[in-house]
Amino acid sequence: MPLINPGLGIIFWMTLTFAIVLFILGKYAWPAILKGLKEREESIQEALDAAKKTQEDMKLLKLDNEKLLKEAKEERNTILREARKAKENIIAEAKEKASSETSKIVESAKERIEIEKQAALIDIKNTIATFSIEIAEKVLKEELKDPKNQKEYVNRLLKETNLN
Amino acid sequence: MERKLIVFQSVVFFIFFIAFSFGINSLHAEEHHDNSGRKKNAEKEEMKIGDMIIEHITDSYEWHIMTVGEHNFTINLPVIIYNQGNWIIFSSKRFEDGHAEYRGFYVSEKKGINQGKIVLKNAEGEEIRPQLDISITKTVFAIMINALLVILVFLSVAKAYSRRKGEAPKGLQSLLEPIILFIRDDVAKSSIGSKHFEKYLPYLLSLFFFIFFSNIIGIIPFFPGGANVTGNIAVTGVMAAFTFVITTVSGNKHYWVDIFNTQGIPWWLKAPIPLMPIVEIMGVFTKPIVLMIRLFANMSAGHTVILGFVSLIFIFGKISLGLGYGVSVVSVGFSIFLDLLELLVAFIQAYVFTLLSALYFGMAIAEPEHH
Repeated sequence: MPLINPGLGIIFWMTLTFAIVLFILGKYAWPAILKGLKEREESIQEALDAAKKTQEDMKLLKLDNEKLLKEAKEERNTILREARKAKENIIAEAKEKASSETSKIVESAKERIEIEKQAALIDIKNTIATFSIEIAEKVLKEELKDPKNQKEYVNRLLKETNLN
Repeated sequence: MERKLIVFQSVVFFIFFIAFSFGINSLHAEEHHDNSGRKKNAEKEEMKIGDMIIEHITDSYEWHIMTVGEHNFTINLPVIIYNQGNWIIFSSKRFEDGHAEYRGFYVSEKKGINQGKIVLKNAEGEEIRPQLDISITKTVFAIMINALLVILVFLSVAKAYSRRKGEAPKGLQSLLEPIILFIRDDVAKSSIGSKHFEKYLPYLLSLFFFIFFSNIIGIIPFFPGGANVTGNIAVTGVMAAFTFVITTVSGNKHYWVDIFNTQGIPWWLKAPIPLMPIVEIMGVFTKPIVLMIRLFANMSAGHTVILGFVSLIFIFGKISLGLGYGVSVVSVGFSIFLDLLELLVAFIQAYVFTLLSALYFGMAIAEPEHH
């Protein structure tokens, strides 16, 4: 029967030891452990909440981004369209300018040609006049070589003058 | 849960009885073929095995670790006795393995309530116990080792929690954390209620881990294990008493009213013969007693069965060497199975003790239901 006969000594030591265990663990171990667990659980919960919030924020951000992208695309298209228009304008203008310039140049060239032509004509007239005088001189010199002819000519000239 | 446990306990006891009847039957079978000398021998062997098992699961004044040849390796523990106004302290070595006496004190070998305990002879020559015996026995020593272990383990775990704040658990911390959470959430919170459970949590955790560690260490067959701490009725009794005191102290008005004037039952059960109050008051005391006996019986039974299986090898070995070897295979197999079962029982019994304590606390502080 010793199995079911509780010994006083064991009761005494067990009470003492168990009380010490309860005291030490209750004071130094469990508060720290339970606090640590609670804090970690809270921090995990917070992290989860934060992650959820971040996800939502990301979703909003994505929507924003998409909107921005769409706007940017539209703007790009507008700019491109405008640029194309501007390019066409510039080309047209340039063409116009070029053609007007060309016509101007042609005009001035024509004027110059005209002026040169006139100058050349005057030159030619002068040269012909000189040639005519020289030829006339030579002819006169040839005809007036003999004095009879000179006399005749002078008479004729005098006659003509008298008539006047 | 309760139902499952009963089934489980029945299975353990069933195996236990089969094992023993098998062993004894085989011995009887052997007797018929053998001469009377052999018969006496076998009977003596049988007795010795029974004594050996009882000796292993009860307390002793020294801690026998092992015997190599003629030499016993024993830890001699201090004997502390108070008798007739004197404190007497000496080493248990003086008993010389129970063969010698010291100043009139010796270890009783007589069958009975005092077997294995220190006694002295009174004037009539009867064995009586000294007035006070608070010796550091094997069980006390094991209690201290277990307590120290629990304290060291949880102080280190607590340190880990404060040092690695908010980080993932590591090592010992991560091994014990699921159990701590289990006790907190599934035992304390669900039994006591989320409002008050934090007050009782330190006690429940300490209780659980002390029982659990003691159970596990008790399964280890060599020092510092092997002592039958939670299979000692005084140990379980003290823990049950702590639970009882806490329950009684925390009892609110509703708890006491329910005991003395149970609601919702016919008046004639309460007066003129206070039948229900008597039952309820008995219930107050049976609760801790049941706690005490359940843990004690489970752990002692487990140790007994395992020792029984191991002893079978030697019983059969005495009959014939070959039979001993043959049985050893079966015995070792069964012992392994039972050791694994004991691991489960170690957890389950610690859990049940803690859960029932928590339920009692929950009952003591429960607010009246509004119908």
